[in-house]
Amino acid sequence: MSFKEVFDQYHWDDIKSSIYNKTAEDVERALRHSDRDIEDFKALISPAAAPYLEQMAQISHELTLQRFGNTMQLYAPLYLSNECQNICTYCGFSLDNKIRRKTLNDIEIAREVKAVKDMGFQHILLVTGEANQTVGVDYIERAIKQIRPHFANVSMEVQPLDQEDYERLIQQGLHSVLVYQETYHKADYKIHHPKGKKSNFYYRLETPDRLGKAGIHKMGLGALIGLEDWRVDSFFVALHLDYLERKYWKTKYSLSFPRLRPFSGGLEPKVEMVDRELVQLICTYRLFNQEVELSLSTRETNQFRNHAIKLGITTMSAGSKTNPGGYAVEPQSLEQFEISDERSPEVIKTILEQNGYEPVWKDWDLALESAI
Amino acid sequence: METFKIADKEFNSRLFTGTGKFKNSQLMKEALEASESELVTVALKRVDVSDADDQILTHLNHSRINLLPNTSGVRTAKEAVFAANLAREALETNWVKLEIHPDPKYLMPDPIETLKATEELAKQGFIVLPYIHADPVLCKRLEDAGTAAVMPLGSPIGSNKGLKTIDFLDIIIEQANVPVIVDAGIGAPSDAARAMEIGADACLVNTAIAVSDNPVQMAIAFKTAIEAGRMAYEAKLASPVKHAAASSPLTAFLDEL
Ligand code: SF4
Repeated sequence: MSFKEVFDQYHWDDIKSSIYNKTAEDVERALRHSDRDIEDFKALISPAAAPYLEQMAQISHELTLQRFGNTMQLYAPLYLSNECQNICTYCGFSLDNKIRRKTLNDIEIAREVKAVKDMGFQHILLVTGEANQTVGVDYIERAIKQIRPHFANVSMEVQPLDQEDYERLIQQGLHSVLVYQETYHKADYKIHHPKGKKSNFYYRLETPDRLGKAGIHKMGLGALIGLEDWRVDSFFVALHLDYLERKYWKTKYSLSFPRLRPFSGGLEPKVEMVDRELVQLICTYRLFNQEVELSLSTRETNQFRNHAIKLGITTMSAGSKTNPGGYAVEPQSLEQFEISDERSPEVIKTILEQNGYEPVWKDWDLALESAI
Repeated sequence: METFKIADKEFNSRLFTGTGKFKNSQLMKEALEASESELVTVALKRVDVSDADDQILTHLNHSRINLLPNTSGVRTAKEAVFAANLAREALETNWVKLEIHPDPKYLMPDPIETLKATEELAKQGFIVLPYIHADPVLCKRLEDAGTAAVMPLGSPIGSNKGLKTIDFLDIIIEQANVPVIVDAGIGAPSDAARAMEIGADACLVNTAIAVSDNPVQMAIAFKTAIEAGRMAYEAKLASPVKHAAASSPLTAFLDEL
């Protein structure tokens, strides 16, 4: 059974009302359970759980410590291109956004690689838009080949690909792939992705299945917060995670919870999520799943990130540039979204240490990949 | 209580039983009837499939009971595949409980041969239920190979030592996409109840019923314990939690933002 079949058994409105109908009793019950299931998830994500936030935070902190210890993984994104043939209403790279387009060539990639390495990073996340003519699988494959020897771990966040393409890239040493559904609301998905390959909801929905079959080491899931009701979207993320963990059991999983950020051409979030609610979401994911990595980007404020360290987060980016060439080649080119925490990796490292956390720069090794 | 399915077959009872070690076939029959079990294993090596009056088989001729031939006695995947095919012919069932133990002392299941045999038998269209050690990774490998269920042991066969492997059974149950039937080692109804409480789909009990002084009464005791354990699981057991301190050290920052 693929996730499409699982997904089609659920109805958005039913899930929504079942979440909003949860009571304090349901929340207390969910807090008491040791193995929490998807119903418990609904209770903890519901408005009824708001008064229990500190208790959730404490359990989340404890569970995270038990599984991950006092560590925080650090990585940096590397934007290879801002070319994109899709229209996404919330993204600065959208086709209808008249910005100057740039795709890094080999020499420029080398300069960016050096700049990122000089900051101390060993884990890198390659990012592109979706432009199959110029930044298709061949381009990505070449880039991975060039970049792989310089980093302990290479992840990627690009358009969904076919299984064979993933297999090809894994052969080159690709370690993990992040692919967010953006929203699990079918009708709204169409509104936000009116044109381009990305408008195919189900092709995107089944991407993790293709990744699992291709044998990826790790994959990242998530929903973009702000497009639709975040509680319902997060429920589907949890459902997706549960399904994938059982089916592709050799793969590791991570979750992200990006909140819509201002960008050039801006869309106002339909649904606003306040900080308190983001804390609730982070803790709920942790209470639901003790093993999953929870990743927080520089979209969030300094203040929030400082405190998130103890809430259940295990992975952070730092010093990020979200424009191609942003580190060394062309610092002024247009970014995908504005980052909020602009502090250097050095500063983040100090803050982690002050909080009793060990910053982890390297948590993988090329030698561990037998496929290469 | 919820019913459950293995392959396409639906079961009301979560107690599976075996046919070995009873004093006589009549007592076996009475105990199995009292157990209300719907799946009963029978060792291929024990029955004479060519004999229409075979003592065990004639006593199991009951519409409620599904026969589950087991391959007990084989030592390799090759022998197991052969035995399963023989059972399919003779007993007209494509269900098979795979038991491969080259070790005659503790009858420990061979994981490597079991995986190989499962792959082959699933390809041949068998509904395979492998008896295995409580090994979570092996369970996932068996799922990939097309197994219909997994049957991890609670402790060594016939030992009546109970759920020595409970921490691993927990992991297996949490990760499983196929039914988990705890097999071997269950010595008392309380062991069976515990297995059900942690979410096992069913238990297979043989020795503890067969060798008790009153197998019929013991069969009823197991039936009741399994129902109780399952009900508790469905009602969800609570675990103790620490209560949060009155202050909010982790979330107080939100008030200042
Ligand atoms: S979100 Fe991705 S696909 Fe959509 S416009 Fe931006 S870069 Fe292109």
